Amino acid sequence: MTALVEVKGLDKAFGGVHAVEGVSFAVEAGQVYSVIGPNGAGKTTLFNLITGLYIPTKGEILLNGESTAKLEPNQLAERGMCRTFQQMQICMNMTAIENVMLGRHLQLKSSLFTTLFRLPALRRGEEAAYKRAADLMEYVGCGEYVGAEASAMSYGALKRLEVARALAAEPKVILLDEPAAGLNATETAALEDLIRKIADQGITVMLVEHDMKLVMGISDRLLVLNYGRVLAEGTPAEIRQNPDVIAAYLGG
Amino acid sequence: MLNRFMQSRLRGLMVLALILIIIPAFLSNPFHYELATQIAIIGATVVGLNLLVGFAGQISLGHAGFFGLGAYFTGIATGTYGWPSVPALLVGAIVVGIIAWVVGRPILRLKGHYLSMATLAVGFIIAIILNNERAITGGPDGMPVPAFEVFGWELSSFGTYSLFGLEISGVQAWYMFASGVLLLAVWFALNLIESPIGRALRSVHGSEVAASVVGVDTAKYKSLVFVISAIYASLMGGLYAHFQGFITPAVASFEFSILFITMVVLGGMGSTFGVILGAVVLKLLPQVLADFQELETVMFGLILMLTMIFMPKGLLPTLTAAVSKRLRKKTGGKA
Amino acid sequence: MLAEFLQYLFTGITIGATYALIALGFTLIYNASHVINFAQGEFLMIGGMATVSLTAMGVPMAVAVVLAVILAGVLGIALQRLAIAPAKQADVVTLIIITIGASIFIRGIAQLVWGKQYHVMQNFSTSEPIQVFGAVLNSQSLWVLGVGAVMVVALVLFFTKTLIGKAILATSMNKDAARLVGIRTQMVLMLAFMVSALLGSVAGIVVAPITFTSYDIGIILGLKGFVAAAIGGLGSGVGAVVGGLALGIVEAMTAGYISSDYKDAVAFSMILLVLFFMPRGLFGAKIVERV
Repeated sequence: MTALVEVKGLDKAFGGVHAVEGVSFAVEAGQVYSVIGPNGAGKTTLFNLITGLYIPTKGEILLNGESTAKLEPNQLAERGMCRTFQQMQICMNMTAIENVMLGRHLQLKSSLFTTLFRLPALRRGEEAAYKRAADLMEYVGCGEYVGAEASAMSYGALKRLEVARALAAEPKVILLDEPAAGLNATETAALEDLIRKIADQGITVMLVEHDMKLVMGISDRLLVLNYGRVLAEGTPAEIRQNPDVIAAYLGG
Repeated sequence: MLNRFMQSRLRGLMVLALILIIIPAFLSNPFHYELATQIAIIGATVVGLNLLVGFAGQISLGHAGFFGLGAYFTGIATGTYGWPSVPALLVGAIVVGIIAWVVGRPILRLKGHYLSMATLAVGFIIAIILNNERAITGGPDGMPVPAFEVFGWELSSFGTYSLFGLEISGVQAWYMFASGVLLLAVWFALNLIESPIGRALRSVHGSEVAASVVGVDTAKYKSLVFVISAIYASLMGGLYAHFQGFITPAVASFEFSILFITMVVLGGMGSTFGVILGAVVLKLLPQVLADFQELETVMFGLILMLTMIFMPKGLLPTLTAAVSKRLRKKTGGKA
Repeated sequence: MLAEFLQYLFTGITIGATYALIALGFTLIYNASHVINFAQGEFLMIGGMATVSLTAMGVPMAVAVVLAVILAGVLGIALQRLAIAPAKQADVVTLIIITIGASIFIRGIAQLVWGKQYHVMQNFSTSEPIQVFGAVLNSQSLWVLGVGAVMVVALVLFFTKTLIGKAILATSMNKDAARLVGIRTQMVLMLAFMVSALLGSVAGIVVAPITFTSYDIGIILGLKGFVAAAIGGLGSGVGAVVGGLALGIVEAMTAGYISSDYKDAVAFSMILLVLFFMPRGLFGAKIVERV
């Protein structure tokens, strides 16, 4: 069986500084796969590379066996990859639910003609998208904001809204970039439940996270980055006992 | 919830229709009707421009170029070559749409001030061509444009018409026609905004990365809205040419482009009805200020500056926010 | 042949130097505040018009120039304090409209004070044209080039040698960090507008004998300066100078060899071409988007 996401010898340099260097790993379908490491280790850069926002300096990324080198982020989305951001990317010029409905973009193909005359087909599609979006907001736990403007939402709720938007696209793999950052203990616990629920649906989850307790609890495998390089890779139990990881995290 | 969400757009459209019906009660002479008709046509133009600027967040400082191209295409096709009006308007819109698509592709990769520079340049180039190709356009002196006609029926500002037995003047007939066009332009715009395409457009403004990772081809949508707004401008330019009966390259000038974008920003970016208010204010203001004679320019600049400083969101959004705040205070809860 | 070419080159460099000064003004304000100041051309107009009318009132030329420059500087400060600073949270487009409003306002006042007619300014020195290889060089062109060069050198010294100049640079790079080390950023913004106005007015004064001057010359000159700044890459001082000279020369060559009707069209096509291939201009900074 081929891996869903496979990264081979990935390298990204910003003007001589290597943010990611020689990184290789593979994520099997259905896994929860986490990337951890200290600040500046290159985790977000790695996610930006995988989702096509950055172009690699060297190396290759395969999605379902297909090279992503020539694909734009929106084309990766068409192939089932979606993500959230550490620095949240919410459209503040829209309502909360419209942000989630945006996630339905690929499922809602409508012609300009249908749109301009607002034909019944469009209206039906919109109503279905609205319902689906409302359900998803409920699912991620921000259902009380269905009628709200995005700008009126709390930080924690916006983080969930991003997850709902990504799920609306019906991804095969979802990349969550520090979803727990800035959340309190209760919210983090709820997030853990949510990630489990998502994984149970059969969606592959890739996670960048600082919260060790969260990561160790839900991940099938982990990748530890340090200064852009792979320090260790393995199951949570293996990582916990890896001397390099212990040195980096405890000794420094 | 869902129904209220869907119906708020139609309510706005009905209010606009009502206003357009009531307005003639305040118009007492042909000049008033002329002004009202111009406002309706230019209003429809900026409704289209607002799709680009207000919703998709892309600046255009050269939109009068497309307006002028539409005007001249119609003028030349009907005047010089004797085409009927409707084909002239439609073919003109297609040609302008293609031009917008060709220049839009590379231009729309630019961001912020570089985009404003590039659109400004496109507008200028069009205006310069219209000014200099005297053999075709009549040059700076302009050219006459025949009256609007469909299957031999003419709509001229100087004609008289009968409507349900009532005798109405040419400018009155034009006002009705332009009002209908404005309503249609608004209806199309509202339909577009509240749709998957419209959400994709707005997401380009809200967060381009977020849009792209959920599958929105942002470059395609930017081009699309650029073309749509150019087609709006072209069609309205054509109607404007017919209505005025005479056009000069001023319709494509930088000043006109600035006027359009100012209507959008002053009225309220992203507010379809707001930008129409912007058109009303900026067309009427010079009339009001004309009484101040040589102070006109000073006052115009001052009012423009002060409004934008104190109402950066634009007239209509600021007013509605103030009204709803007041209402909330009265009801004592959150509405 | 050579004489003709030289003639166009002189014309191009002269007007190009003016564009360069305007572009530098744009650059300065853009760097400090990320505002594109559409009222930039009005500083030129004020400089030229004030000098003309002061000399007409019998004020000696040198004094008139100094007074005109001071007037423009005050105007620059007023623009920043009264129009830009109160709207700090506004959108890019909104700020553009505010500066357009300001330029209409300034133009309106100029029209009130000086009327709508063209005004002629005497050349600074002997009006005898200079012959170079058969080309005729207006003595005022030398003034434009000389003063332009002096201004550029002065700017370089200002930014590299003076504390105020360094503070402006620091603010343009990172406003928050600049504030943290104790730079009063509001003050810096004001200074940037003032220096930009000074530059503009000086350009307006030296070029006035060549182009004449009237209340509405600011629009087109300001736009050309914006074109020059964008060609060079917004925010780049070298870019502004190169962009200004390039624009001036291309314009003059087009007018001479192709068609004077289309000289502006060529200028605007040039900016499109540059931006197609280099979306941030010739010397513009590359920006990596953070997500």
